[in-house]
Amino acid sequence: MRRALLFIPVVLTVILGIVLFQRIGKDPTQLESAQIGKPVPAFELADLLDPSVSHGPEALRGKGPFLLNVWGTWCPSCRDEHPDLIRLAEQQGVRIVGLNYKDERPLALQWLERLGNPYALSLFDPDGKLGFDLGVYGAPETFVIDGDGIIRYRHVGVVNQKVWSETLQPLMQQLGGQG
Amino acid sequence: MRAHQVSPHRLTLLLMAFLLLPVSGWATTDTYPFSDPQDADRFRTLISELRCPKCQNQNIADSNAPIAKDMRDEVYRMLQQGASNEEVTESLVGRFGEFVRYKPELDRRTALLWATPVIAVLGGLLVVIGIVIRSRRRPERTAALSDEERRQAEALLKDSGNDR
Repeated sequence: MRRALLFIPVVLTVILGIVLFQRIGKDPTQLESAQIGKPVPAFELADLLDPSVSHGPEALRGKGPFLLNVWGTWCPSCRDEHPDLIRLAEQQGVRIVGLNYKDERPLALQWLERLGNPYALSLFDPDGKLGFDLGVYGAPETFVIDGDGIIRYRHVGVVNQKVWSETLQPLMQQLGGQG
Repeated sequence: MRAHQVSPHRLTLLLMAFLLLPVSGWATTDTYPFSDPQDADRFRTLISELRCPKCQNQNIADSNAPIAKDMRDEVYRMLQQGASNEEVTESLVGRFGEFVRYKPELDRRTALLWATPVIAVLGGLLVVIGIVIRSRRRPERTAALSDEERRQAEALLKDSGNDR
């Protein structure tokens, strides 16, 4: 009985070790989104390419699942993921909606002209209003949104081949979209 | 040394003194004017209890991140519209998740977290009680010396005293 008590510290240490070990290698900056399962918040934003046109949430509904990619020309990682987005849009037929976040229109247009435009629709959010409502705290972030405009998943960081094939593609297929 | 000449040594000291200035207050240079000092107090409390999602170990009062500024602006805007503290916190938690609370709500997920101090104190008490009970249970072993033992001890002590 008394000898068994001596093992208590060992057991506690092992439990603590297991708990801590599980977090190793995980990115602490990736937070769960509070928006999963909720519809895209209401918005009224101008089109990036055509300032005279403005879009609301209904522009996002009824065309099947898509990726909502939050980007800005000030964001180096966005440049990093841009070729991947173009490849997804052109070769895999993925519908991507761009949310140009806290940016300047001329810079954004120049970027799309020079690097190509993977977006089926581009929203211009210079004040970061929709971004704020979506809980965006940096760029790039990419949301998976279903055909009813419900947010299904949020990815923080660059969308590369690995993220696409392991996470986003299965989800998109499950939702009945391209990919 | 002439009086108006500053030695490099002294200059270094002066520069080092600047390092001691508090820097935490510099982050929030924007002013948020309130007509009611009570609202200003609530604003300060709220922004010190909300956590910045970008720079994770800072509250939004201390953080320089653009998102922290957006959050401060939103807190200010909502307070100006007469929102309660709970409404402000809920609206930000709704966007950014439970993560932004430095003071988590008491619910099933956080019950263990809130109970940890109580569990630790109770555990400590149990250990102390155990030690006390055990030491009381065997008083014979620490009982006074018998007459024979006492004599022996005195003899030994006397001997060692003579040695010095």
